[in-house]
Parts: sequence; C-alpha cells; structure tokens
Amino acid sequence: MTVADVLLLGLGAVAVGAGLCVVTTAHLVRAGLYLVVCLGALAGMFLVLTAELVAWVQVLIYVGAVVVLLLFAVMLTRAPIGASRDLDRPVWPGLLIGGGAGLGLAGLFVDAFRWTSVALPAEPGGAGALGGEIFRSWVLPFEVLSVLLLAALVGAIIVSRPDVGAAR
Amino acid sequence: MTHPVIPYVVAALLFGIGTFGVLRRRNAILLLMSVELMLNAVNLVLVTASVTVRGVLAAAGAAGATGQVFVLFIIVIAAAEVGVGLAIVLQLYRLQGSAEVDGVPLAEPEPSLADPEPSLADPEPSLAGPEPSLAGPEPERLREVAP
Repeated sequence: MTVADVLLLGLGAVAVGAGLCVVTTAHLVRAGLYLVVCLGALAGMFLVLTAELVAWVQVLIYVGAVVVLLLFAVMLTRAPIGASRDLDRPVWPGLLIGGGAGLGLAGLFVDAFRWTSVALPAEPGGAGALGGEIFRSWVLPFEVLSVLLLAALVGAIIVSRPDVGAAR
Repeated sequence: MTHPVIPYVVAALLFGIGTFGVLRRRNAILLLMSVELMLNAVNLVLVTASVTVRGVLAAAGAAGATGQVFVLFIIVIAAAEVGVGLAIVLQLYRLQGSAEVDGVPLAEPEPSLADPEPSLADPEPSLAGPEPSLAGPEPERLREVAP
C-alpha cells in the first residue's frame, strides 16, 4: 500500500458513499449537493492517477456547469424544499439489477487484475500532452463534437420554446 | 506504484449505483443525476486504463493518452446531454405539472382529434392530484419569462 493507494481508497470510499446518498436521499437539493461531493472525489482520483487536465476539466464542467444546470432544473420545476415521499419506485428491481451490475463488474475487474501493481507515469497528463494527442490523432472526432454541441444548443432552444414547431 | 484494481472497483460500484438510481428514481432530474454517475464511472475506467497501460502503449509506439482524450469527449457529450435533458424536463413539467417520468404518455395522440394535445395537457389525477393550483398558472409565467 503506497500513498497513492491510500488516497485512491479514501477518495473512492467518499465517491461511492456520496453516490449512494445521491440515489437514496429524499431531498432533491441534497441529491445535487451529494453529486458535487461525488464528482469532486472523482476529480481527486483523477489527480492521484496523474490525469491532471481531466481532473480540472471535471471540476470546471461537471462540478461547475452540470450541477448548476441540474440545480436550476430543481428550482424551475418547483421541487419541494423538504423531503418528498414520492420520489422512488419499489426498491427491489433496481437493487437487483443495479447491485448485480455493480458487483458483477467489480468481480470481473478483481478477477482480471488481482493485486497487480503498476507504476504511474512520471509526467502528468497535462494540457500539452493531451492537446498534442487531440490535434494529432483525434481531430475529426473533435470537430464532429463541436457540431454536436451546436446541434444540442439548437435542439434545447427548439424544445424549450413553445411557439417554435407548435402544432398548428 | 499503485494498484489499478482500486479505481476499477470504485468505478464498477459507481456504475451499479447509477443503474440502481436510474431504475429506482421517479423524478426526471434525479434520473439525470444517476446517468451522470454512470458516465463518471466510465470516465474513471478510461482514465485508469489510460494511465496504467500508457507505458505499454508507448513501448509499442502507439499514442499514450488516448483514454484521457476520450474522457474529455465524454465530458463534453455529458454537458450537451444535460442541456437537452434539462430542456426536455422543463417541457415535461410544463405539460403535466410535475417532473415525474411515470406519468409520461407514451402512446401517440389520436390524429383525428380537433384539440391537438388533450392527453398531454390534462395530467393524470393520481399524479397531479394534490397540486392543480400549482400546475395551473405555471405555463403562463414561464412563457412570459422566456423571451
């Protein structure tokens, strides 16, 4: 057990615990805040794994933008501030399939990797390395992704405007 | 030195939690949050794989940080997904007065009806029963704010 292992274990425990709180809490707003904790712990894991740029992008976009959007949705749909009782379906089908998927995948990983240890790369995956990689090998997906973002923007506007494309 | 099995198992557990949330939650916003958990589990797998096999890949002459590039792509796609999902959730709320996915009418409305959306406009009494007064003025208010 090295320092990186201890950090990964701790942050992973925080992430899994916060994730459990996200799917079990009865407060909509608290679910969003637990999601912040979970995503922040994941960003910490990325940092420990030397994926530096990915960690900061995770903090910027997920913890910053996505969670704020979700909290906006909570407010715009007039969610109750306190606990709400009718958020959940019966627990057993979800527990069966979710637990089966999670534990099955975990068992698969444990069986595949055992307790092997790998040296982390010496240089972190910063903006220089990732930028070179994107613009050398992955230019086409990058450009397609920008078109996808534009399409999502236009689609969101069209969906949320009642006077565009309304039934005549 | 680190043991890659730790982040892999954390990612698997997070994916299971996300699946559980998608199947269990009834509110559309909580559903989106659970989907985010699943996407993040995949991101963690990709980052771990990218970091732990980088030496092997570099020795083979291939590029080393491909997994992290994919994670960046996934984060962008997740942001777009949340934007569109938020628009759909708000439209759902405007139509049926709550963000619950159980009350979404999946069948096509009858084409011969004069009024185009009666089945969408009146929510089921079991869902919107306690709050018709909340659901009533909401569309007008949103529509005023929107432009």
